Amino acid sequence: MEEEIDNRKINNSFLRDHNYATEADIISTVEFNSTGELLATGDKGGRVVVFQREQESKNQPHRRGEYNVYSTFQSHEPEFDYLKSLEIEEKINKIRWLPQQNAAYFLLSTNDKTVKLWKISERDKRPEGYNLKDEDGRIRDPSTITSLRVPVLRPMDLMVEATPRRVFSNGHTYHINSISVNSDYETYMSTDDLRINLWHLEITNRSFNIVDIKPANMEELTEVITAAEFHPHQCNTFVYSSSKGSIRLCDMRAAALCDNHSKFFEEPEDPSNRSFFSEIISSISDVKFSHSGRYLMTRDYLTVKVWDLNMESKPLETYQVHDYLRSKLCSLYENDCIFDKFECVWNGSDSVIMTGSYNNFFRMFDRNTKRDVTLEASRENSKPRAILKPRKVCVGGKRRKDEISVDSLDFSKKILHTTWHPSENIIAVAATNNLYIFQDKVN
Amino acid sequence: FPEMAGAEGEDSLYPIAVLIDELRNEDVQLRLNSIKKLSTIALALGVERTRTELIPFLTDTIYDEDEVLLALAEQLGNFTMLVGGPEYVHCLLPPLESLATVEETVVRDKAVESLRKISQEHSPVDLEVHFEPLVKRLASGDWFTSRTSACGLFSVCYPRVSNTVKAEIRQHFRTLCSDETPMVRRAAASKLGEFAKVLELDYVKSDIIPLFTALASDEQDSVRLLAVEACVSIATLLPQEDLETLVMSTLRQAAEDKSWRVRYMVADKFSELQKAVGPEITKNDLVPAFQNLLKDCEAEVRAAAANKVKEFCENLPEDSRETLIMSHVLPCVKELVSDTNQHVKSALASVIMGLSTILGKDNTVEHLLPLFLVQLKDECPEVRLNIISNLDCVNEVIGIRQLSQSLLPAIVELAEDAKWRVRLAIIEYMPLLAGQLGVEFFDEKLNSLCMAWLVDHVYAIREAATCNLMKLVEKFGAEWAQNTIVPKVLGMSNDPNYLHRMTTLFCIKALSEACGQEITTKHMLPVVLKMSNDQVANVRFNVAKCLQKIGPVIDSNALQAEVKPVLEKLATDQDMDVKYFAQEAISVLALA
Repeated sequence: MEEEIDNRKINNSFLRDHNYATEADIISTVEFNSTGELLATGDKGGRVVVFQREQESKNQPHRRGEYNVYSTFQSHEPEFDYLKSLEIEEKINKIRWLPQQNAAYFLLSTNDKTVKLWKISERDKRPEGYNLKDEDGRIRDPSTITSLRVPVLRPMDLMVEATPRRVFSNGHTYHINSISVNSDYETYMSTDDLRINLWHLEITNRSFNIVDIKPANMEELTEVITAAEFHPHQCNTFVYSSSKGSIRLCDMRAAALCDNHSKFFEEPEDPSNRSFFSEIISSISDVKFSHSGRYLMTRDYLTVKVWDLNMESKPLETYQVHDYLRSKLCSLYENDCIFDKFECVWNGSDSVIMTGSYNNFFRMFDRNTKRDVTLEASRENSKPRAILKPRKVCVGGKRRKDEISVDSLDFSKKILHTTWHPSENIIAVAATNNLYIFQDKVN
Repeated sequence: FPEMAGAEGEDSLYPIAVLIDELRNEDVQLRLNSIKKLSTIALALGVERTRTELIPFLTDTIYDEDEVLLALAEQLGNFTMLVGGPEYVHCLLPPLESLATVEETVVRDKAVESLRKISQEHSPVDLEVHFEPLVKRLASGDWFTSRTSACGLFSVCYPRVSNTVKAEIRQHFRTLCSDETPMVRRAAASKLGEFAKVLELDYVKSDIIPLFTALASDEQDSVRLLAVEACVSIATLLPQEDLETLVMSTLRQAAEDKSWRVRYMVADKFSELQKAVGPEITKNDLVPAFQNLLKDCEAEVRAAAANKVKEFCENLPEDSRETLIMSHVLPCVKELVSDTNQHVKSALASVIMGLSTILGKDNTVEHLLPLFLVQLKDECPEVRLNIISNLDCVNEVIGIRQLSQSLLPAIVELAEDAKWRVRLAIIEYMPLLAGQLGVEFFDEKLNSLCMAWLVDHVYAIREAATCNLMKLVEKFGAEWAQNTIVPKVLGMSNDPNYLHRMTTLFCIKALSEACGQEITTKHMLPVVLKMSNDQVANVRFNVAKCLQKIGPVIDSNALQAEVKPVLEKLATDQDMDVKYFAQEAISVLALA
């Protein structure tokens, strides 16, 4: 990867193409599984679509890497909480895959209130032969039954089934923003605005509250939890980020209730940059451990930061995602864009990070070479195997050819959700109702 | 199916045909029903067809719902005779093998249980030819579900195979103990003790101990805590002189683990550990470890340790027991009495009374009594309740009189607690307390409480109070009942509140048997009969129900002369329910 991030991305497929996109089609989360063979998306309509990578075939070598729809199912339905007179949206907030345990695949999906565990499995045989009816379904005269038939299994066309295995409900009063599976393979946590709960994957009627920041008096509320994640290897460690721009690392070994953090990451505020919007734009919208477990990445409104777990005082690296918006904060506040929650991801080797922006732009930062690139996920360059051209936003006075002025950016086209294949340079980018998959040029 | 009767000659295949077809019915309940009658199907098919057709079909049906698979896994454990006896038992292995790899733990566990069962039905030769290869396949499976299942099968085949195969099994177990997934390491750790039991002592020392040490320092605390359990079995197997070198350093480390969950496990298994390592190590190592657990920074750990206080003290070596308790355990217990966490206090309250029997009267009065009194006044009702429910232990040592003066205010307070569940719990201890305190004390102090509950605004309390009265009468006798409670109960029949009037009926129903024929006929029956004119239908049909219940206690003359006309009148009541219950009573009492 390294320097090639600039131009070797090619658009591979262009899925879920709806010109007449409805609200329900807007993709709300996207996630590769641990091998990268599968890719799941969730949308505002409560649906989950799973894509499977095409297997290598001799006659069409370039097809390796294409992702095709494997299974589609309705994960969540809209509900109504009659006690609180509240509508519960079906929108899928997060999807997390479980480590593979047998031939079937498992994922957790969540909306605002309920986490569900889904099993996606294949079936290629079906039983044949009845005693009481013949193959056409006609009932036989019981008196003609003189011998017993045991059904036999015969091959049939492959069928992929999605079945709900567990429903973890009633654990949250506020809106769930994150779920994260523990490296012990048996627990996961779900996080809402004020609390984090720990669940056993096999037990749905009990969860343990591990963080609770709800003040006794809600009027004293100054901070909410925005995201949380388990450490990739240490089963006892997790982090959560807050709307005040800080990250807390907790050790579950120390106590059952992790209200006291063991590490606190926060960058001191620069007084010269202080403005009305300082607090809003410092709110962290996503936090991710690196695959190695050594670093943390956080995304706030204008930057993405990399932290070393061993240094709490300031980030190791800070990357400007779209600094040119700093002068536009007022209008971004007025159209609510300033509250957009951008996510961020690592590549497989933790050397490159990716996060989204507006105008269907997304950004990549190479941590070694310090080079960065802006790419666009759009219909125009979405012909299969087209090569992506880097884009530039004009910041100075004079606009060069190929540059786009800040004023002409389309703020309704935002890239909030992206995911990176765990080992290869394949990325999936959700741009409202479209999913783009890009990969390194093959030969 | 009237025609079916005709097919009777063939021993009718029809019901079996239905069962077989329903093995694949859309409705889970019907499939489940068929699976549960699998033995009937197999019997009808005969051993040959069961082996060649039914079992292969079942092997491939692992797509089903968990409950169906669970039932199938269970059935197959009892299938040996149906496939032709021990000679053919190995043909049950394929379906159980696939069931042992499904993702649902309960199904896998059941499959493993059945595999363990049928392993005993294999001849030593078949065990090596069929069973052991299956264990190896599972142990080296791609998915961790199959490897976790393998962990449970080693110990059943190990004792019955040749030395070469034994060596292989030990190797497989070693491999699984260092598996890359924590799931498998957990499964291995949880079977470590069981496996150690079937190994030769030399191999326990050379194989199991290193594995135990490794699992006990695993990076995942969920694995380490299972090693604590294994520690109990391993320590039991080793001769005393080896414990210090082979086990103790690991155990000490676990008791001071960074993770509270591991320390919790040590606390939870403390009595077992104590028995396994013996008195000397207990004195030198476990007493200080126990003190630390009682003072742990995590409340969950303190609560688990507090739960073990009595057992731990009981099992201390007799020669130094009292000294150890007084100088080491009791100071910690004193601190726990005023712990900040109510679960800790409540755990302690449930066992602390037990110490009095161990320490004897003088120590109890001097050291324990003040602690009991503090807990009796605790702000948390559960703590107080736990103390009261264990009063009998202290009673044996110092007698209840000494406690009663301080006890009473606490009881009264609980009896009037705002939470009805607390009131309910205290009612349930009333008969016990009454027995301990004696009739005089009861009449003087507690009787009025028992009567007050009868008019509680929560039905569950009134119901429990009724039942309580019955138990009191059983304890104190009919005469006591007639003098103290019956007048009060009967008085409530004139209460303006119909719920209270009904309570009278409920009480009579409950008390009639304990009070006997005379009191029932003379005093209670007239009141019941009078109430049959009540204007509330609910009261009237409860009169009918009450009469039905007390009928057998009443003398037969009164039954015919007084009860019968009243029931007959009620049987023509305007209200449907009154009619119904009156008719029922008439038929049950055979008055028609």
